[in-house]
Amino acid sequence: MVIRVNTIEKTVNWRFGNLLLVEVGSFILSLLWQYLFARREKMTKNNSAKYRAILSRFFSGKIRFVVGFAVLLFPFLLSTYHINVLTTALIYVVLGLGLNIIVGLTGLLNLGYVAFYAVGAYLYALLNHHFGFTFWICLPLGGLVSACFGLLLALPVMRLRGDYLAIVTLGFGEMTRLVLENWSDLTYGPSGISGIAPPTFLGITFGIRGTMIYLYFLMVAFCLLAIFLVRRLRDSRIGRAWVAIREDEEASRAMGINTSKAKSIAMMIGAAWAGMMGVVFAAKTTFVNPASFSFLESAMVLSIVVLGGIGSIGGIIIAAFAVILLPEYLRFLSDYRMLAFGCAMVVMMIFRPQGILPYHRRTYEFKEVHR
Amino acid sequence: MSRDEVLIIRNLTMTFGGLKALDNINLEVRKGEIVGLIGPNGAGKTTIFNCITGVYKPVDGDIFLHPPVGKARRLNGMAVHKIARLGVARTFQNIRLFSHMTVLENVMVGRHSRGQSGVIGAILRDRKTKEEEEAIVRQSYAILEKVGLNAMVNELAKNLPYGDQRRLEIARALATDPFLLLLDEPAAGMNPMETMGLANLIRGLRDEGNLTILLIEHDMRLVMNLCDRIYVLDYGEKIAEGTPEEVRTNPQVIRAYLGEECYA
Repeated sequence: MVIRVNTIEKTVNWRFGNLLLVEVGSFILSLLWQYLFARREKMTKNNSAKYRAILSRFFSGKIRFVVGFAVLLFPFLLSTYHINVLTTALIYVVLGLGLNIIVGLTGLLNLGYVAFYAVGAYLYALLNHHFGFTFWICLPLGGLVSACFGLLLALPVMRLRGDYLAIVTLGFGEMTRLVLENWSDLTYGPSGISGIAPPTFLGITFGIRGTMIYLYFLMVAFCLLAIFLVRRLRDSRIGRAWVAIREDEEASRAMGINTSKAKSIAMMIGAAWAGMMGVVFAAKTTFVNPASFSFLESAMVLSIVVLGGIGSIGGIIIAAFAVILLPEYLRFLSDYRMLAFGCAMVVMMIFRPQGILPYHRRTYEFKEVHR
Repeated sequence: MSRDEVLIIRNLTMTFGGLKALDNINLEVRKGEIVGLIGPNGAGKTTIFNCITGVYKPVDGDIFLHPPVGKARRLNGMAVHKIARLGVARTFQNIRLFSHMTVLENVMVGRHSRGQSGVIGAILRDRKTKEEEEAIVRQSYAILEKVGLNAMVNELAKNLPYGDQRRLEIARALATDPFLLLLDEPAAGMNPMETMGLANLIRGLRDEGNLTILLIEHDMRLVMNLCDRIYVLDYGEKIAEGTPEEVRTNPQVIRAYLGEECYA
């Protein structure tokens, strides 16, 4: 920025004005950097408890009511584009919560999560295209078929963990995409399937904007359902078994946990969510092609889980919105969009590696009965 | 085989590649006994534990288990979690707690095998599931009271002092409702005070909890005080067995521990 080399005239221009700007800029950046590091050092348990208290106050009482009201009003105030973006973000919230069961709770690093998403989307696309199956029939079917795929993947990789599991799941994701791309007779190859029917409500069809709003509310309902289910599962016998497997597989086996069964269940439930989201995705865009299910999508969902704080529901919701909305609304930065996004991720991992809202283990109160 | 013996090991042989880790081991544990398993490092003590609990499938020989109810079972090749459900619980030499779970949750995981509720129950949270969950919490708390950790139920396991982590491992093992408890160096890293407390705890488990205990330990004072019988291993072979007094004076044992050139 300070030196400009003109390769044609072979001259070097010194721009000393810019030098000052660069110096001031890097000075401020380094100050900020130092400050953040100092703060991280100071960050005690007490501090983080305070932080949590503020957040939990934010999500309770009147504010929850206001947020709920805003969620209901949004689609009627915003343009179709914004509703579309919000719906996408909500889909990713549910995908994040689904993957959270596999990666966050059970600790099975799955890099091919998008495969289940693709299974759901193509299931609806194909059944609708060939047999005219409706959205509401395909939704549970998508979940079911995806769960079967989850089991299919879980069975051979039962003994693998860590890096090996990551590689196999990565391969599974890519395999699914390649099959979709090359099995032209069935999937119409890279050109995809278009003209998928949007969802109807008891046989009533809506216009473009109406469908968008309908899908938005559908996704709100889905999010609430997913949050409810994940919370219940997490605080249950099976949820404890999952976390135990994440912490130490051999020890949990010695405690009588059937780890193969518990892992398969986690894989199936996580896959079922992705499958259903795939159906919603196909209905939303009315068009599917293999390019929508690249590895980048898996990485996106995984980054949501990691950014949000492994196992934390609130964190995942915030992270999903951040990961989807930021690149969308940073479009004015056009070329630097992904760069800025990447920087945000790196900074996040340095200063808050535990995620936005780390999950705190559930505590129990006991009254002293004895003595 | 008398009904008294809860664990019988016959001609147990285990090899890793060319290395013979266990060679023709015979061992019995009777109901209500505290049996010690000692030997220099690498003698194969933990390998025996891993064979009993199903982590390893023995190359040769038999391991029989006589649960208090039901018929005798051959454990060779049985899945780890199934053996745990039969009533064999263990602790680990290098502590293997679920370090990011709370103390209580660690014990609650131990109750897993005695529960029933599945995914549907977890989602619907019906009365049966709720009752089971409450029972798990209550029983887990009672176990923590027994080992003296009830003051820190909500602490993360990794934040516990070392001695307490060892106790928590025992508590977690107890939560599986075992009749045979395998303790792998329970006193390692404990100070003399803690070791004494541990000895009392183990004795209490045997006397009040009707448990049979097989333990690996290097702390000779603890072993000699606590155990009814002792097996001594060296290089995968059993070199001696008997009461603490017999083992203490056995020349072969002394040689294994102090070296060949010692003429004690």
